[in-house]
Parts: sequence; structure tokens; C-alpha cells
Amino acid sequence: MPKLPKLPAPPLPAALQEAPPRPSEGKGPSGPLEDAKQAGITVVDWVDERTSLSGATRWLLFRKVPKGTNWFYTLGSATMFAFLSQAVTGVFLAMYYRPDPAGGAYESIRYVTNDVFLGQFVRGMHKWGSSVMVILVFLHMGRTFFFGAYKYPRELNWVIGVVLLILTMVMSFTGYLLPFDQRAYWATIVGVNINGTGPLIGPYLSDFLRGGSEFGATTLSRFYAIHMLLVPGLLAALIGAHLYLVAKLGTSAPPWQKVEKRSELREAEV
Amino acid sequence: MNQREKEEYLREYAILKTQGKPFWPYAVAKDSAMACVVMAVIIAMSLVLGAELGPKANPTTTTYVPRPEWYFFFLFEVLRVIKPPSLVPLATIGVPTLCMILLFLLPFYDRGPERRPERRPIATATGIAVIAAMAFLTYQGANAGSPTTIEMSTPSTVTHTGGSSLAEYEAGKKVVAQSGCLACHKIGENGNSGPGPDLSHVGARLYRQAIARTLVNPTAPMPSFKNLPPQKFTAIVNFLSQLK
Repeated sequence: MPKLPKLPAPPLPAALQEAPPRPSEGKGPSGPLEDAKQAGITVVDWVDERTSLSGATRWLLFRKVPKGTNWFYTLGSATMFAFLSQAVTGVFLAMYYRPDPAGGAYESIRYVTNDVFLGQFVRGMHKWGSSVMVILVFLHMGRTFFFGAYKYPRELNWVIGVVLLILTMVMSFTGYLLPFDQRAYWATIVGVNINGTGPLIGPYLSDFLRGGSEFGATTLSRFYAIHMLLVPGLLAALIGAHLYLVAKLGTSAPPWQKVEKRSELREAEV
Repeated sequence: MNQREKEEYLREYAILKTQGKPFWPYAVAKDSAMACVVMAVIIAMSLVLGAELGPKANPTTTTYVPRPEWYFFFLFEVLRVIKPPSLVPLATIGVPTLCMILLFLLPFYDRGPERRPERRPIATATGIAVIAAMAFLTYQGANAGSPTTIEMSTPSTVTHTGGSSLAEYEAGKKVVAQSGCLACHKIGENGNSGPGPDLSHVGARLYRQAIARTLVNPTAPMPSFKNLPPQKFTAIVNFLSQLK
């Protein structure tokens, strides 16, 4: 019997037709892993719909870093990492510290050093972290200077960097007093007196630092407030501005990096 | 840099950038490796060097040597090198302020288009000279301790008088040696020559009252000694006024 051609199936109403798979469902495996992925995508989409942060993140992470950048270019981020380490260890020290010269400052540091679990370790990290940060700041500045990276269009970023250097030094100067041992006390007296010899604002600056014409009870709390509220806030904000400009202007290329013109570009030039 | 040079730089930089690799994950990987090294160094320093805590601050003490953190040694040393009192403000604030202003304005007076260090001989040489000077001053500052004893022959006038005068002299010598004066002053062959003036013959220049007044109300950066116990203060004044 000759085979008869099959008739096409009668058209089904749309409500009965099988819906094509949604693009996100695909043919892939479905299981808890897939569900978790979907949940993640949903959450990220929800946040992005309300903040449009994905564009900024893409701009920050997938910008290209020019050819030839080497390990010298990690010094800046290493400095920032040292700052973060100082911030974290500093928070833990602040949990125990009492800025009271009459009885408290020295005792609280002694308590942290001798009695608190890992106290001496955290204080050591904060103490030596400051040296590491200062060294890294100077190395980062040296790299920028010798590579000529402060030139057009990155002049403003250099200026912000110098402010960050000064603020780092202020941090180290104010932090030196806080343990309130002999060394801290006398070094700070001499340091404040040195400030006082400055032209014009010198005497006012040292009066402001001491909280009066004498080294007294307010001096320590003043140094404490400057060390853990004022300057860290300024540092964090300026690091943000510094990073924004790096991302905006691009990481500078090493000065001896040659531009290799690709053949199609050369042909186009002719 | 003129407009042509600026545009040329931006064009070349744009090409180099397109030939580069994306920040994530290549640069991030390097930065993370460096962050691990920094963390390891900090932890190692904390474990090996620890965090010493000296005796509690005592404003009436007589045994102290003001020492800043090591990265301020170079500033400390500048103070020591420049001696005349009229120049001290210049040394303490003038030179550092000038250096800071020069550092701030660097991109505004160095406007040449050249970036390779070997083709910017003045900038590179200045940079190396500054680093060398700071390293030298830091080294000097680190080694300039302050002795806690004074070794010198007793003046003949004191030995002739003998008795209580000699006892006063010896007591004052001990207090002066322990009070950190020698960190900034020279007495005979002892102490550092600067930032403070030479005290070897201070008794010939100043009366007792003038010496006492200076100790109470000194020229910055010297700290005031008015919190000293009275007998120690008198001992210092006695000793210094006998240095002729």
C-alpha cells in the first residue's frame, strides 16, 4: 500500500501550545546549583535595576591596563592594602583604648599588650604596619616620579597623592603619642614645639594641637580624635578620589614602552 | 607640553591601552599577590619585633631622650645640622615647607613631554640626590644617640673651693646627663652639637637667673624643665653656671 503523506496536525490554540523555553532556563541541568545561580542573577538584577551599578563595575574592572605594566605598578594598591590593615587593627585597638592621660591611656595599652588575647600581636601589626605603609608610600611616589607618571593628564592625581603623603605623616605623628609612655610623651612635646617655631601659623598650630598653651589632659584626646576620626576619614575619601582618577585616566604606561603599530594600521596610513 | 604633544601622548596612550590586558583579572591578580606579601611582612614584623611599651609618661622625669619615629629622623637631623638660633625656624619649618611646596607643584613646573628617566637628567639626578640625602640624614639621625654620662675634668675654680660647691657640681652634672640635655647640646666633648647651642662655656655667657629662666621658658623646640623637682632644677642651674 503506498504510503500516504501525513496531514499536518491541526493548529492548537495558543493557550495549549507548549511555550518555548525561556532563554535563562536553556537546556542545561536543572538542580539546586542552577536554582542558586538563578537566585543570584535575580538579586543582582534587582540591585542593578535600582542603582545601575553594573555599568560602573564593568567600567572599573574591565578597563584595559596598558601593555608593559610591571610589578612596580602594584605599589599603589599595596599602600592601600597597608592602610586597610591599619584601619582594621586600629578598630580592634580602639575597642580597648581610653584616651585619658591621668589614668587609662597607658594602662589600657598595657592591658592590650599583656592580657588581651593576641593583643600584643595586633598592636605589633598596627605599630609596624605604619612603618610599612610609610615605606610603600615613598616607593609608590618614587615610581611615579621616575616614570614621569605625574605629567599630563595626571597632574591632579599627583597633588592628591602628596596630600595623602602628608596625611600619612600626620597619622604617624599623632599615633606616636597614644601609648603614652615616656618615649611617646617626650617625642610629642618636642614635635609640637617644632611646629610652634613655624612661620605665621606655627604658634597657633601648636596651641591647637596641645589644646592650650600647656601639654594637658585635652592634648591626648585631641591627638586621639585627629588620629582616629579626622585623618582616617580624609585619607579614605582622598584614596577614593585618587582611585577614581586612576580608573578615569588609565594606569600610565612605562615610559619606554613603544607603540607597536599593527600592519593593518600601517596600511591604512599609506 | 603644548597641544600637539598632549594629543600625541593621548593617541599613543590609547593605542597602548587597546594592546593591554583588562584590569580584571590580570592586574588584580598581581595586586593581590603583592597584598599577600605586604600582609606577610607586617605579620612577620609583629611576631619578630613585637610591640614594646616603655615606662609610663612622666612630666617630672629627668631620664628621657626624645626620639621620634624612625621616618622622622631625617627631619630631626636637619634640626641638628642647622645650629644658629635665628636659622632654627628655617630648619624646622622653612626647609620642610619649601620641600612640600616644591613637591606639590612638581607637575606644574616640570611640564616637559619627556617621560623616560634617562632623558630627564635633571629630574632623575634631583630625585636620586634627594633620596640619598634623606637616607644619609636618616642614618645620621639613627646613630646620634645621647650619652647619659658626662666625662670632663672639673674646673679648677670648683676644685679649689671644694666642699659644698664640688658636691653641687657633681650632683648637677649627674642630673644634666640624665635629663637628655646631651641629645641637643654639647658640653665639652659630650653630646650632640645641635640643634641647641654649645653649653661648654654657658656660665660665662649667662647669669644664674638667665639660665634658670631659659630652663623654665625655653626657645622651641626645647621642652620646659619647670616640672622638675626643685632640688634637681637647682642642681642643673648650679652645674651650668659653673661652666666657664
